[in-house]
Amino acid sequence: MTTATASHDDHHHGPEKGLMRWVKTTNHKDIGSLYMWFAFIMLLIGGALAMGIRAELLAPGMQLMEPQFFNSLTTMHGLIMVFGAIMPAFVGLGNWLIPMMVGAPDMALPRMNNWSFWILPFAGGILLSTFFMEGGAPAFGWTFYAPLSTTFAPDSTDFFIFAVHLLGFSSIMGAINIIATVLNMRAPEMKLMDMPLFVWTWLITSFLLIGAMPVLAGAVTMMLTDRNFGTAFFDATGGGDPVMFQHIFWFFGHPEVYIMILPAFGVVSHIIPTFARKPLFGYSSMVYATASIAFLSYIVWAHHMFLTGMPVAGELYFMYATMLIAVPTGVKVFNWISTMWRGSMTFEAPMLWAVSFVFLFTIGGFSGLMLGIAPADIQYHDTYFVVAHFHYVLVTGALWSIIAATFYWLPKWTGKMYNEGLAKVHFWWAIISVNVLFFPQHFLGLAGMPRRIPDYSLQFADFNYISSIGGFAFGASFILLTYIIIDCVRNGKPAEARPWPSAKGLEWTLEPKAQYHSFNTPPSRKLIEQESQNS
Amino acid sequence: MKRLTTLLSVLVATMSTSVFAEYGLNMTEGVTEISKNIYDLHMMVFWVCVAIAVVVFSAMLYSMFAHRKSKGAVAAQFHESTTAELAWTIIPVIILVLMAIPATKVLIDLEDTSKAEMTVKITGHQWKWQYDYPEEGISFISNLAQDSKDAIRGTDEDRKKAGNDNYLLDVDNRLVLPSGKPIRFLITASDVIHNWWVPDFGVKQDANPGFINDAWVEIPVGNEGTYRGQCAELCGKDHGFMPIVVDVVTQAEYDKWVSEQQAAAKAAADSANKTWSKDELMAQGKSVYNTNCAGCHKVDGTGMPPVFPAMVGSPVANGEAADHIGLVLHGKGAMPAFKMLGDSDLAAVITYERNAFGNTGSVVQPSDVKSAR
Repeated sequence: MTTATASHDDHHHGPEKGLMRWVKTTNHKDIGSLYMWFAFIMLLIGGALAMGIRAELLAPGMQLMEPQFFNSLTTMHGLIMVFGAIMPAFVGLGNWLIPMMVGAPDMALPRMNNWSFWILPFAGGILLSTFFMEGGAPAFGWTFYAPLSTTFAPDSTDFFIFAVHLLGFSSIMGAINIIATVLNMRAPEMKLMDMPLFVWTWLITSFLLIGAMPVLAGAVTMMLTDRNFGTAFFDATGGGDPVMFQHIFWFFGHPEVYIMILPAFGVVSHIIPTFARKPLFGYSSMVYATASIAFLSYIVWAHHMFLTGMPVAGELYFMYATMLIAVPTGVKVFNWISTMWRGSMTFEAPMLWAVSFVFLFTIGGFSGLMLGIAPADIQYHDTYFVVAHFHYVLVTGALWSIIAATFYWLPKWTGKMYNEGLAKVHFWWAIISVNVLFFPQHFLGLAGMPRRIPDYSLQFADFNYISSIGGFAFGASFILLTYIIIDCVRNGKPAEARPWPSAKGLEWTLEPKAQYHSFNTPPSRKLIEQESQNS
Repeated sequence: MKRLTTLLSVLVATMSTSVFAEYGLNMTEGVTEISKNIYDLHMMVFWVCVAIAVVVFSAMLYSMFAHRKSKGAVAAQFHESTTAELAWTIIPVIILVLMAIPATKVLIDLEDTSKAEMTVKITGHQWKWQYDYPEEGISFISNLAQDSKDAIRGTDEDRKKAGNDNYLLDVDNRLVLPSGKPIRFLITASDVIHNWWVPDFGVKQDANPGFINDAWVEIPVGNEGTYRGQCAELCGKDHGFMPIVVDVVTQAEYDKWVSEQQAAAKAAADSANKTWSKDELMAQGKSVYNTNCAGCHKVDGTGMPPVFPAMVGSPVANGEAADHIGLVLHGKGAMPAFKMLGDSDLAAVITYERNAFGNTGSVVQPSDVKSAR
């Protein structure tokens, strides 16, 4: 793009001035930034709650809080991180990147895009406000099993239900928008198998969202009527069944897990080829593996429920189906390593985060395979082994990829470079502390410490102490991350249009700071082929 | 410094399997056939994962060190191989099938409760366990031991002393089981979902309100002793404070224990037929209250409003006795039902609530409770 075009854009179609720009915006880049900042603030709030949890667990005995408040902390930490931080961050990345990657001028449904973002602060606000209500915030775990979340829950639960409904609306609208954008707004010359993997993974994730979120809405609606209108969906005394709640919840919950990791796979599939200076290995097998994982994610939900009293045949089926997920996931890991193999690697911050993602996510995958073995799950279930497992896949998996993506595309978002030296310090700080935080939790779980307990017997004291110290250090690392990002936005050195010389993708053909309106005319076939990952 | 030594010892421990157990790093092998099978399965899968990790991570690490731009590596341009894709699809499938075979065997074995020779019914309540021996006519409640309760907000010294190094893993009434006999557990709950878990038995089963799950255990002769576990499903405020303690004894000792318990049960039933004095009721009521009610309503009766109302000046405790008895028997909202307690204990605790904390309610006799059931 020439500078003449850019100034033309600025003059006629530039952003509105002042605060109303952000309220009224229908621009995918503005909305992407709003999502990212919202997610970052929620990440800090959810992290603060986690600091409370680790502070109480630093030593045996109850020192800081009542057990009920501890349960509220674990519950709200989980809900905020899943629905407030990880999911909005990926939608933010999708908003920023998908139109640029498919050569579209904006999202297909820009006004709905504005609405799906602006629901979020209200939903998040309602959720957080429950802390200040009589009876306290929800305290039944992020999985809110009935009847603890119905008959025995605090009054604030109805606000939680409303917040979940709103978050669900937002997610479904976001997903519809992404599907519409990818299928209808894609550059006419771009075939599906030309699409970058981030676009592919988000397209597949959108279908998971549309399938799973209404099921969650159904679950919380049944809770609402059980609590307030005399129904007994989950109450055995009225002919209901509390285990049915778990089936419904996990029919949403398991696809949800992949909603939070498939876009991460996409991000990593961009970063590794760039810094290995080598094309992505096995592009089409990556697409098929993603689709297989998405399909399998719908048919394995009851592996979260091996101890509910399922018939043996059910347990066997869910065990086999679960083990199968290891295959397409393995394919992805092998493809990433083959991409690195005989490359010419450098390790700038995005690459450090992406490579450590592959390491640590794989460790989470191993513990996941162990958990999938139904008889062994008897000893693992609801212990800190599970806590360690899902933090390895969600923190050093999903969150890692979001941080990697932020460093990778920050130059394109801001037109400026971040401080590479500080980013490396931050990386090593975070990766050491996160392992001190979560690795000992494997040992705690195997030794028999249940999850969601505010106090523990003395045999668990040492590892909890180590884990808490790691937790505080990891929490503090986000102060540095905040500084690095603000420093980049304010004082960063000007970036080049393609700050990573081997990076491929239409977004890098734009100006150093992507212009407010990009791809007003669709890219040519030649350009698409040049920038394709599937070369 | 002590922490540093711990850290170092952990690092050393991870290098040598023989000290795993000492530092509580690994799953317990347990004492039953099931728990041993689970342990073997766990170790098998663990070592398979280690082997895969060694292969995958060494390839990755080698590549990261050898194929660096700073070492002058020039990037190759290969980007697909159907043979490779097929290999790393098919080989994992074979490994998974080999893991699934023993897992299936263990699963089918542990779900077969048909061999059992005796039955214990386990009921989870917020936040205690009830054990019933239907054939022997024994029934009792098992609460967290008082010294552990006191130590929660006490000093480190208190916690070390509590339950002889079993802080939070000690109860007032233990489950007693004979060795060498297959036992079926029928597991249920009265309020929310709980989970009865004793790692050394390899038994962990959800206790669902309104439904009965089963599990079985046979502790081989020669493994008499004390085994401990905890509730493993979030069940509310005191989820972390409802441990499980099982005394496994020889058949002869078990028979002796059964006859003692039956005699005690008879004495309790007799006491429910007599009329108690107010002082007797108050004394007994205080101990029942502190064990069962003080968790929410507090020892001094101030409660935790609004979820757990205060006893002090309570309209229920100062109102009609019949309403008070009904509330305690059947529960309401967050208040669980207490009908599993005996008539004498219920009469005592209701009388205590109506006359302690400055309340001025009437005295309730066991016969009142009996007729209200």
